[in-house]
Amino acid sequence: MVSVGVLALQGDFAEHVSVMQQLGVNTLEVRHAKEFDQIDALIIPGGESTTMARLLDLDEMRESLVRYAKEGMPVWGTCAGMIMLSTWVSDGRPEPLGLMDIKVSRNAFGRQVDSFEAALDIPVIGEEKFHAVFIRAPIVDHVEKTVTVLGRLDDSTIVAVKQNSLLATSFHPELTKDYRLHKYFLEFIHKRK
Amino acid sequence: MMEKGTWTVKVGHAQMLKGGVIMDVVTADQAKIAEEAGACAVMALERVPADIRAAGGVSRMADPTKIVEIMEAVSIPVMAKCRIGHFVEAQILEALKADYIDESEVLTPADEVNHIWKHDFTIPFVCGARDLGEALRRIGEGAAMIRTKGEAGSGNIVEGVRHVRTVMGHCRKLQNMSEDELMAEAKTIGAPIELMREVKSLGRLPVVNFAAGGVAGPADAALMMQLGSDGVFVGSGIFKASNPEPVAKAVVRAVTHFNEPEVLAEVSRGLGEAMPGLDLKGLKPEELLSYRGW
Repeated sequence: MVSVGVLALQGDFAEHVSVMQQLGVNTLEVRHAKEFDQIDALIIPGGESTTMARLLDLDEMRESLVRYAKEGMPVWGTCAGMIMLSTWVSDGRPEPLGLMDIKVSRNAFGRQVDSFEAALDIPVIGEEKFHAVFIRAPIVDHVEKTVTVLGRLDDSTIVAVKQNSLLATSFHPELTKDYRLHKYFLEFIHKRK
Repeated sequence: MMEKGTWTVKVGHAQMLKGGVIMDVVTADQAKIAEEAGACAVMALERVPADIRAAGGVSRMADPTKIVEIMEAVSIPVMAKCRIGHFVEAQILEALKADYIDESEVLTPADEVNHIWKHDFTIPFVCGARDLGEALRRIGEGAAMIRTKGEAGSGNIVEGVRHVRTVMGHCRKLQNMSEDELMAEAKTIGAPIELMREVKSLGRLPVVNFAAGGVAGPADAALMMQLGSDGVFVGSGIFKASNPEPVAKAVVRAVTHFNEPEVLAEVSRGLGEAMPGLDLKGLKPEELLSYRGW
């Protein structure tokens, strides 16, 4: 049976775990490098990217995470997780994992009072709009040719991208009842097997 | 269509703070130390609670210059405190674009009858609570996050433990109550019935619940987590310690690995002198900050 790990250093990992459990998937909260061995895919949740990066280094998990991802393990980052997956971060902090060829801007819409909800077109998951929650969200400023854009805001700002088995979203699908993106991510595992 | 200030984004922001430590800071330099140590947010203050307690007199919202200075120094969320019931201080903090307002008993209350009607604001609020009724009244007024009060500035975890156990235990009791008992219980504890129903079905508060008040080191922080808190506020416990930086780092790691005694043993080593603690038994109720608000 497939097992999805959720990086549980800080942030809303319990929300991702709950969605995956409702989809009937085995889940594991990941807090140590040795646990990457027990999972088929990883979600890096929302939270504070500086906090997560610091704990990732303290627990010596960075190197293994990068190695597993480069070997093809599917990884999905939401919000802070997107920042972690990127290669370039606008204000130079935290040090990202350098897995996706994207440049991101942190807190790109402003502070918490500018956090918002909006309906998005994400064609790969169907015609129906996806109701997305953006909280002090990052955006993708630049993508290399290796990256596929999956979703944009009305003003064409890039907020969802894919590169091979890596997925990144600026928003939080784990905070709504629409599980299409979680199901879409699970397909990455089945394609690999 | 972009909708701002919705209940989902207010509660959602608190969800992103979970498993994290929110640290009180009084200068931009302290804020940077907190961010570097892995704090998921900072609380911008004029003085930490231990100093507020020592100074006495009336304690108010921090000077906007200080709050802005701290907001410019770090990229993590910055919270700020306003007095209980002082909705104009809250309007000012919203205008400054702080990320979260703490309507806090640590400052001198401005209104002894009413708390702020928080639904009117775009900025989210966190409020203190000693028990379930108080927590649900605050959520009813629009608090998108709760923190159990503990006794701020005391360096003594005993009130923090009392409050988190009271709230969590009461949530568990509600799960076993029938609908008719629930209404009677709502009357007894003065809580909105709709929120009582939500607690009954969830087995916990319907918003994120951090622990605050008296956390003086990694063991205290992990204790609050094991008792069921979603994260921890540390006030005086860090910058009143003899050596703040290692204490800050240790508390952050303790909150992530709260269930792993080996990690807790490792992070607790050689942290130096903790903040001075207060024996609360010697204090009169009116000297306890947690008795402010209802």
